[in-house]
Amino acid sequence: MSTLAEEIKKPETLNGVERPTANALEHEAIYIIREVAAQFEKPVLLFSGGKDSITLVRLAQKAFWPAKIPFPLMHIDTGHNFPETIEFRDRLVEELGVELIVRNVQDSIDEGKVVEETGKYASRNMLQTTTLLDAIEEFKFDACIGGARRDEEKARAKERIFSVRDDFGQWDEKNQRPELFDMLNGEIEIGQNVRVFPISNWTELDVWSYIQKEQIEIPSIYFAHKRNTFLRDGLIWSAEDDVVFRADDEQVEERMVRFRTVGDMSCTAAVESHADTIDKVVAEIRDSRISERGARIDDKRSEAAMEKRKQQGYF
Amino acid sequence: MEVLKIATAGSVDDGKSTLIGRLLYDTKSMTDDKLEAIERTSKQKGYDYLDFSLATDGLVAEREQGITIDVAHIYFSTPSKSYIIADTPGHVEYTRNMVTGASTSQASIILIDARKGVIEQTHRHFFINNLLRIKDVIVAINKMDLVDFSEETYNKIKADFEELMKKRDYQDQNITFIPVSALKGDNVVNRSENTPWYKGQTLLEHFEALDQKDIYNTGTPRFPVQYVIRPKTEDFHDFRGFAGKVYGGELSVGDEVVVLPSMTRSKIKDIYFYNKQYKTAPRRSSVTITLEDEVNVSRGDMLVKVGDLPTIDKQLTATVSWMDSADFTPGGKYVLQHGLNKVLAKVDAIEHKIHPDYSGIEENVTSLQMNDIAKVRLRLNKPIFYDRFKDHRTNGSFIIIDSRTNNTAGVGFIE
Repeated sequence: MSTLAEEIKKPETLNGVERPTANALEHEAIYIIREVAAQFEKPVLLFSGGKDSITLVRLAQKAFWPAKIPFPLMHIDTGHNFPETIEFRDRLVEELGVELIVRNVQDSIDEGKVVEETGKYASRNMLQTTTLLDAIEEFKFDACIGGARRDEEKARAKERIFSVRDDFGQWDEKNQRPELFDMLNGEIEIGQNVRVFPISNWTELDVWSYIQKEQIEIPSIYFAHKRNTFLRDGLIWSAEDDVVFRADDEQVEERMVRFRTVGDMSCTAAVESHADTIDKVVAEIRDSRISERGARIDDKRSEAAMEKRKQQGYF
Repeated sequence: MEVLKIATAGSVDDGKSTLIGRLLYDTKSMTDDKLEAIERTSKQKGYDYLDFSLATDGLVAEREQGITIDVAHIYFSTPSKSYIIADTPGHVEYTRNMVTGASTSQASIILIDARKGVIEQTHRHFFINNLLRIKDVIVAINKMDLVDFSEETYNKIKADFEELMKKRDYQDQNITFIPVSALKGDNVVNRSENTPWYKGQTLLEHFEALDQKDIYNTGTPRFPVQYVIRPKTEDFHDFRGFAGKVYGGELSVGDEVVVLPSMTRSKIKDIYFYNKQYKTAPRRSSVTITLEDEVNVSRGDMLVKVGDLPTIDKQLTATVSWMDSADFTPGGKYVLQHGLNKVLAKVDAIEHKIHPDYSGIEENVTSLQMNDIAKVRLRLNKPIFYDRFKDHRTNGSFIIIDSRTNNTAGVGFIE
């Protein structure tokens, strides 16, 4: 038996460069996840198949071991997910033996609740919000655990760990509860719910280092692969999937690429990369001069894009 | 500990955002797309310098008004440490934000404009840092470029601040003075050639050198039980694990413990972190503990070492920082959350209000408004097991919840 203190203090060696372990953040996240299970009656973990929600699943496993994760996972499927992500999701859920709930944006469109965007920049990213809010109401979820991080975007830098949403799922950024020391106030009215962000304080590099150290499996699109792509607005888009709009004059070319985020295919651009292993990905992130969301067109719509979406109930 | 959280407070004029921007820039933590956005917006506004405040003031209202109204979190890292800056506004009407930011920080930066010296705001920032018992405080004397990097000016400000330090309650605070120019980059990350008379570390060098013992006060171990793990599977049929986070000190296998409030005694059998067993659970680790005996333990109970009992009482005196728009009044009833436990609390009396700038106290106060700090007496419907805040930051603090709105309305530090 080693002492846990040794484990926590031990710096990891990554490609010869000493990096602090993500463990202090890991212990904080586990504390938060346990608070959710204890304070709420119907929590759910929002699972997108991306690296952040995969990390959350590992943290939840650790929080309750040797018991199973005491809440279901829920995927809001835009119908525009990378097929690799869906295959990965189903395999993971089977291994964990937890319940998976899937709700589809397509159903919200078919029911006439939302209208599909059209044109060059059409995306289902905004439409997810309606499907998510309906699902929260359907299952009466009082807490939704998500993988958002404060370093992703400026509006998210102000997000609380327990973030209260009103009956309409809206975020009132000017009237947030102060969070002091380790005390998390999960008191809510009926109809309200709380979005919980256990990895609030992690950076992109922290997440990747954790995936590397824990040897967590992630979808293949995070690693460099050959893909038919085209260029638009200086970003690289997948040309292999019908959901990404491509004009006739946008030339298809095979490139070596990987994805840094795995959101909706229609708004997630690829980056040129030869990082085909987790070690290479970590090295690439460390040296990267472009932020993770630099390849997300949804954030580029305006300076305040994320803040506006969050006010409307976006995750 | 490899994650260091630093509280900053100040107004736009102090150059606080510039200092944070400088830290990000000189540690190469600012990505090209963010830098480009700053360059673009700075140019639009007609500035001939980079306005780093654009990187930190996140909300639309803040950008419009050019002020910071909340706690923003900014991240950067060096090869040896990850840093989180909890950035708050510095005016008196944001006292509650400063208290919030400081509550989770282990270090703080107090910014002083070298042209203005120690002002009322400096008193307040120091008061809050001292009240919250932040162990490591940097006094960054900024805008040294505008006073010709004068050693005399620096020494004068340092002496004035040392006068202020005589009034402090928490004496063990480490206080370090550094002459900087955030705009020009002197002594922030890189050593300055303009201050040959200054032999100390740069701001970043100072933080890099901080060790666990420099940022955490030692106390006695407290283990509040968050969740009871009962897998009821074949392999773990009789497993009853108590999940929680260790505060104050460490716990080890074999330690004799008392379960509060039942006062049952037992011994720590195993310590688990995920599927591995450990001999010791250090401070701030989230572990699962099993006991030798079958004792009744549920959420909110606390394991402490035998002979190391906290105070168990239904009455307490505390310094409260009020954060809600509804007033705090004697006779008022609230929910008090102490660690994981919630009890009902009645305000017996407001003893006096404390001016957070060391200008004294005010007696015969009938109510507290948002941002007020006061000494109060509370009566609870059930006993809690607490330590004094000066002995235990975690077990000596509580939050007050307004049961009508469920808002976190205040925070208290137990005497």
